Amino acid sequence: MAKASTAKTKSGAKDVYQASKDELLEFYRQMLLIRRFEERAGQMYGMGLIGGFCHLYIGQEAVVVGLQTATEDQDSVITGYRDHGHMLACGIDAKAVMAELTGRCDGISKGKGGSMHMFSTDHGFYGGHGIVGAQVSLGTGIAFAHKYKEDNGICLAYFGDGAANQGQVYESFNMAELWGLPVVFVIENNQYAMGTSVKRSSAATALYRRGEGYNIPGRQVDGMNVLKVRAAAESAFAEVRSGGGPVILEMMTYRYRGHSMSDPAKYRSKEEVKKMRDEQDPITQLKDIILKLKAAGEDDLKALDKDIKAEIAAAAEFAQNSPEPGADELYTDIYAKPKERSL
Amino acid sequence: MTIEILMPALSPTMEEGTLSKWLVKEGDKVASGDILAEIETDKATMELESIDDGTVGKILVEEGTEGVAVNTLVAVLLEEGESEADIDVKAPPPKESGDAAVRAEPVEARPEAKKPAASLAGDPDIPDGTEMKSQTVRDALRDAMAEEMRRDETVFLIGEEVAEYQGAYKVSQGLLEEFGARRVIDTPITEHGFTGLGAGAAFAGLKPIVEFMTFNFAMQAIDHIINSAAKTRYMSGGQITCPIVFRGPNGAASRVAAQHSQNYAAWYAAVPGLKVIAPYSAADAKGLLKAAIRDPNPVVFLENEILYGDSSDVPEMDDYVLPIGKARIVREGSDVTIVSYTIGVRESLKAAEMLAGEGIEAEVIDLRSLRPLDMETVIASVKKTNRCVVAEENWPQCSIASEVSSRLMEDAFDWLDAPVLRVTDADTPTPYAANLEKLWLLSADRIVEAVKKVSYRD
Repeated sequence: MAKASTAKTKSGAKDVYQASKDELLEFYRQMLLIRRFEERAGQMYGMGLIGGFCHLYIGQEAVVVGLQTATEDQDSVITGYRDHGHMLACGIDAKAVMAELTGRCDGISKGKGGSMHMFSTDHGFYGGHGIVGAQVSLGTGIAFAHKYKEDNGICLAYFGDGAANQGQVYESFNMAELWGLPVVFVIENNQYAMGTSVKRSSAATALYRRGEGYNIPGRQVDGMNVLKVRAAAESAFAEVRSGGGPVILEMMTYRYRGHSMSDPAKYRSKEEVKKMRDEQDPITQLKDIILKLKAAGEDDLKALDKDIKAEIAAAAEFAQNSPEPGADELYTDIYAKPKERSL
Repeated sequence: MTIEILMPALSPTMEEGTLSKWLVKEGDKVASGDILAEIETDKATMELESIDDGTVGKILVEEGTEGVAVNTLVAVLLEEGESEADIDVKAPPPKESGDAAVRAEPVEARPEAKKPAASLAGDPDIPDGTEMKSQTVRDALRDAMAEEMRRDETVFLIGEEVAEYQGAYKVSQGLLEEFGARRVIDTPITEHGFTGLGAGAAFAGLKPIVEFMTFNFAMQAIDHIINSAAKTRYMSGGQITCPIVFRGPNGAASRVAAQHSQNYAAWYAAVPGLKVIAPYSAADAKGLLKAAIRDPNPVVFLENEILYGDSSDVPEMDDYVLPIGKARIVREGSDVTIVSYTIGVRESLKAAEMLAGEGIEAEVIDLRSLRPLDMETVIASVKKTNRCVVAEENWPQCSIASEVSSRLMEDAFDWLDAPVLRVTDADTPTPYAANLEKLWLLSADRIVEAVKKVSYRD
């Protein structure tokens, strides 16, 4: 199959996903769930209920919702440490995620992984990785397994503009294209790798073109618009699933909060953040569309927000009341038990 | 002056080869660059080129001759104006080779009869009356992979030159032919990437065997071995398993200097979540590699290039799988315990023979598995001998020898009649010069010295 060339998306009808009313509301619900979850996580961090590092996804919700809603059951996902949103978008219970953040026994990793290291094999979610860029090689391996098993699955490997400068990303690009692996490389370009802007870290800032040396097509997408993200997902997934090899999607997005909870974000102006929030917020943008298309009314959306807040409050409550893991858990889950030897 | 054609050394560790075919005959004129003969080493078939113009005066080693030592005179070329009468047939074969001398045992020290064998006696995993066949470590490893690949469709081999080239050290010979390119996969030179790819494939239910051309190159990839493969089970609360084998030659080869001669055993053995195996004999190489491939955890399987060509008995069993985490007593003795693993076992057995001549009976333990570490077997032996030397081809600081010594102090202090001594390589980067490399390496002589010291016999 001929490969599409690297391109910026131009505004055209097929670059905006034609969602049904139900779909619009579902996208809205998922994005709002992530937003409210993260706001609550930030609050709980401030209260000392969450320890260590905690990287919030606020502002980037359209990326993961637009992509994950286009996946099929057999597909898999892997990402870095800014992973709470991805888990919720995979349909993982907010309670299990929040209880992991608080380090309790009902956390999805039994309290042993924390914010950066969460997994759900039931949902094809392979983490949650704390080493910048590692998920790209690992995701390429998961895609290798899809191809090996011929299960028609694809792997979405998410990474940031910071990880895009790691060497192993390019080693993975090379192998993925060489072997035609079904992997979608999603660069979530939120414009800052911790405190260093893309301009200050990247000799060439068009990250969607980073696959050109490997013949991997790349597209730059407005990652603040869930319908544009979803449209890009539809065409990229179809191409990858049909055996066309990897595709790069550069999602132009923005995080409103600091890199982690301990980041004062002095490297950018308050005005810059405010401008993005006011003009491009993914949830507000979708809300406007929903109201314009009369998919729902103001009151319906308020009621939805109320339900989501209640769901998050219940998750937070659960995460605070779940006991800490037992001391014996220190020594479990290090090795898997081999099956009996056959002699 | 006639021109002497000598058996060439075609790899850093080659000591002998087969002169498989002459492409010229006596009386033929040859020019510089012409192919004179084909030489088969344990790794590959190579061509012997003429480096001079001349006439083939005499062929001294017939084609088909096996075991021709490096630097043996194989033919003589006559220069213009010379005749057969000029040939001094008494030219001394074989010449002392700097290369072969380094490793402390040039060819004459290697015949099977003289090599102290590691005993398989009393192995509970080998039923009485099992036939044995002599096999190289290289072939034993290959057979282990082939048997497991036949048994389990999800097992595949990935690495540099493993497929079409048949393995940089010929360990994967024949696997591509049997299993095809889907399961025997040549990678680009990209350790970090393909190790991460392997770990990801293991997360997703496959059982990769990742071959490193040598473990020196795995430093490029160690993040995935430790952060991805070893820790993810724990971090996921037991959800994700990573059944993967990282294997390849580890430790010093011969004359390849500092960047290509390092033992990583202690690095990996320090990491919870990994299992670490380093076999010495062909039987253990086979039985433990099969176990490693079946194990649901990440296993670092450390081989040794020098040992690849060594032959020893392998039981002829349909499915010879050994338990991981058990040391083997390869020589029984009552006076002192020598603990070692991989190539150190060879030096330890040599030392034991030397000591026996002086009335000291050493018990030699091959650890085989470094994580889990079978201290039970070591301590039981020390309770009997009351003295211990740990011999390791590795640097001394933070070594496996350090760990064994420390554990003996904690758990067997009251049984020790002397401090435990470590005998290791020198605490320097590996030198290139032949004499310095010999000084650097662990040797039987130094083990003997240490044993005498702990026996108060020096």
